[in-house]
Amino acid sequence: MSSAWEVVIGLEIHAQLATSSKIFSGASTAYGAEPNTQACLIDLGYPGVLPVLNKEVVRMATMFGLAVDATIAPRSVFARKNYFYPDLPKGYQISQLELPIVEFGELFITDADGNEKRIGITRAHLEEDAGKSVHEGFDKSSGIDLNRTGTPLLEIVSEPDLRSAKEAVAYMRKIHTIVRYLGISDGNMQEGSFRCDANVSVRPRGQEELGTRAEIKNLNSFRFIERAINIEVERQVEVIEDGGKVVQETRLYDSVKDETRSMRSKEEANDYRYFPDPDLLPVEIDAAYIEAVRETLPELPAAKQQRFVADYGLREDDAAILTASRALADFFEEVVASTQGKAQGVANFVIGDLAGALNRDGLDIEQSPVSTAAVAGLLDRIKDNTISGKIAKEVFEAMWAGEGTADEIIEAKGLKQITDSSAIEAIVDKVIEANPGQVAEYKAGKDKLIGFFVGQVMKETGGKANPGQVNQVLKQKLG
Amino acid sequence: MSRDLHAKTLTELAAGLERGDFTSVELTGDLLGRIDSHNAALNAFVTVTAERALATAKSADEARAAGKAGALNGLPLVHKDIFCTRDVLTTCGSRMLENFISPYDATIVERLSGAGAVVLGKTNMDEFAMGSSNETSYFGPVKNPWNLECSPGGSSGGSAAAVAARLTPAATGTDTGGSIRQPAALTGTVGLKPTYGRVSRYGMVAFASSLDQAGVITRSSADAALLLGVMAGFDERDSTSIDHPVPDYTAALSGSVKGLRVGVVRQHFDDGLDEKTGTAVREALAVLEANGAVLTEVDMPNLDLSVPTYYVVAPAECSSNLSRFDGVRFGRRAENPEDLLDLYCRSRGEGFGAEVKRRIMTGTYVLSAGYYDAYYLKAQQVRHLIADDFHRAFENVDVIAGPTAPTPAFKLGDKTDDPITMYLNDIYTIGANLAGLPGMSTPCGFVDGLPVGLHLVAPHWGEETLLRCAHQYEQLTEWHLACPEDFS
Repeated sequence: MSSAWEVVIGLEIHAQLATSSKIFSGASTAYGAEPNTQACLIDLGYPGVLPVLNKEVVRMATMFGLAVDATIAPRSVFARKNYFYPDLPKGYQISQLELPIVEFGELFITDADGNEKRIGITRAHLEEDAGKSVHEGFDKSSGIDLNRTGTPLLEIVSEPDLRSAKEAVAYMRKIHTIVRYLGISDGNMQEGSFRCDANVSVRPRGQEELGTRAEIKNLNSFRFIERAINIEVERQVEVIEDGGKVVQETRLYDSVKDETRSMRSKEEANDYRYFPDPDLLPVEIDAAYIEAVRETLPELPAAKQQRFVADYGLREDDAAILTASRALADFFEEVVASTQGKAQGVANFVIGDLAGALNRDGLDIEQSPVSTAAVAGLLDRIKDNTISGKIAKEVFEAMWAGEGTADEIIEAKGLKQITDSSAIEAIVDKVIEANPGQVAEYKAGKDKLIGFFVGQVMKETGGKANPGQVNQVLKQKLG
Repeated sequence: MSRDLHAKTLTELAAGLERGDFTSVELTGDLLGRIDSHNAALNAFVTVTAERALATAKSADEARAAGKAGALNGLPLVHKDIFCTRDVLTTCGSRMLENFISPYDATIVERLSGAGAVVLGKTNMDEFAMGSSNETSYFGPVKNPWNLECSPGGSSGGSAAAVAARLTPAATGTDTGGSIRQPAALTGTVGLKPTYGRVSRYGMVAFASSLDQAGVITRSSADAALLLGVMAGFDERDSTSIDHPVPDYTAALSGSVKGLRVGVVRQHFDDGLDEKTGTAVREALAVLEANGAVLTEVDMPNLDLSVPTYYVVAPAECSSNLSRFDGVRFGRRAENPEDLLDLYCRSRGEGFGAEVKRRIMTGTYVLSAGYYDAYYLKAQQVRHLIADDFHRAFENVDVIAGPTAPTPAFKLGDKTDDPITMYLNDIYTIGANLAGLPGMSTPCGFVDGLPVGLHLVAPHWGEETLLRCAHQYEQLTEWHLACPEDFS
């Protein structure tokens, strides 16, 4: 299959913007409140009420546009998308159609061959979210929760430049990283604040013309996106190979049955009767505004990754891991700034021990019980040979458990490395005396036995002897 | 009742209250009494808020005694039932909102009440302001005080009839295509539609958002100036309201029409105009000219396109604006719906009247895929042409004057079978809405015992010019003082 068919994917990502109030009203956007407690008269679409644009969303959309090298439209227009549904109180959704606020952006992902690949971003537009219909727990009727109504969304539409489910996920992850770097979305996929629709089609490899696409709605995890696309591709190829035709339609991914199924076909599609919303003025943005927003842009992931390699001498893949989240990158840099230890050592520790502990306890980096200063304190003790890397793991576990700073724990548990050469010499002598057979073998040329002796010394010292020093003394004594 | 307070204008009443000639409670009581005895004949009110009015009047009298009187302290008025009024029925003349009690006040309701006004009640209107005769109201047609067999015009017909019949000195109204000016003309009252964006639309049930504008119906231009000063001004809750300074409209009344350049539109006196109405309007123009105004003929080549343009744009916007009436959250809800579609179809089918349905269908059609460009987009382009006609005319004139409506009041039932003839009633007024310009109607004569209105249109923010011109004309004539016989 993979050789005969080419997969073409475009994503429409909905990122909920992290404003405190809604896009057209003053109601709160906080998640998880009791149903219908965060919907004001404007959200409820009462007779006579009018929308007023929350200026924060314009700033956030502008930030996003700048982050993906897009054009920020000097004039964008809100339009009404008309359709009836109980969770859409006004009977229309305010969105942008012909004149979106952001157009012609791009970003780069790494493709399967490890090459950099450009993915075009057609547009990003502002719109309001609808409410939720609740079908469980009601007899012969449905409940409507309008808390989500009017929550600001940025819909980011890619070009059909993606060629595999993996690329789609890589692209989605990039966007996810960018919006969180910019602080314009919390990117919380469980709560639905970051989700996407995938337009998927297949065509015989080498064919110019695009195949008929199906749109898979509302994918809200990276895993589901990959699964859903792969399954949809398999389905489409099977349809075509069986002599059938793919129909243009909207499909839903069922993660339980692991299948996509039809929601509605193009023939059943609504005629949304879009027209410019006469209640809202066009959004006008001048160059000075764009420059002012540009000033506030943080360093973006791609630039940060390059800088980590150039300035800290990190390995490329480590830099990529550390910059995948702004908080993780910041953590790394704070530790580097306050420790004597080498940057690569910090990277190893953050990616290894720290990330492992966070992962084990299901915590985000922001929730780390061990501060950057504490980590720096620990790494300093490795650097100045107070403890070995191995002992450091033990100290870190104690720090994680809240037992104190590295110094306090080393002191309390007596973990200080033995660097006194006379003390080490005495232990080495003891080990040599206790193992005459091995000594003889070693002297006969079995060099590998040095490891055995080191191990014995470490055992005697409870791991506290400096391994390098032990090695040196052993070699001297065994001569 | 010997005080005859009902015969006084708002300005006169303000002076009387200030002097202490009478109290607001006395005034309010007198008017509530008149509403009680005359409304049955007119059907001008949907709701009379007698108790609240008296309580407000009492507070106003106390405020005055305490030296804290607002600009409209203790002065009575009524609201068209399109404005949301907290805890009071707001029906919009529709069965859809027959039982709708608004949880909030419209901005203008808030501003007028804030200035101390006493609200007597809510007036009848064409359903959702869609009509020119008040016959589309679910609560039945309003009668014209000058002839009870005639329409008072619409859609602000209840407001106009109540003012003409001296049941209230003033009323609010809304004007989407002539809904303040045409009923004012047909009832011998003064009607003012301000510049689009001058007065907040927040809390005014939307018909066609890009055309709707709130205004007033009064018995003099001085009264209109007094009210506009309170209603006008930027409202952060309405994105289309404009932050433009509010002048002293009362101060703008003085001065003369000497040197005022008055444009007379050639096309206004074409075939569609009733001959006697035309004569009355020409005489009014002659009065202005005799007092120093300079009449100039102006050309509005796209005038005949205004009605068709309006009947694409307005229904398009209304088809979307009225989607919120779906039986889910407020308003009429069909009983025992079988499913969602049944809930929608029956709630809307039962709740809306024929004219509203006609416009929703028209609007849905012109916005549909494949028709949008030919209708909606084209209409928006023509709208620019019509606005250009005005802008060109205003290069040479300060104000455009002509008839408000092609005929005086017509008999109820006369035009109900022919929507197109009905729509043509707004031919002279619609242009101002399409171009967002301020317009006014003031009484200028009678034809067969029925009033005729002089229509004035000014450039954007030209309310002062309109008010001065109309006020000065009123000082030179007595048409605005005429009172229908049965309501003196």
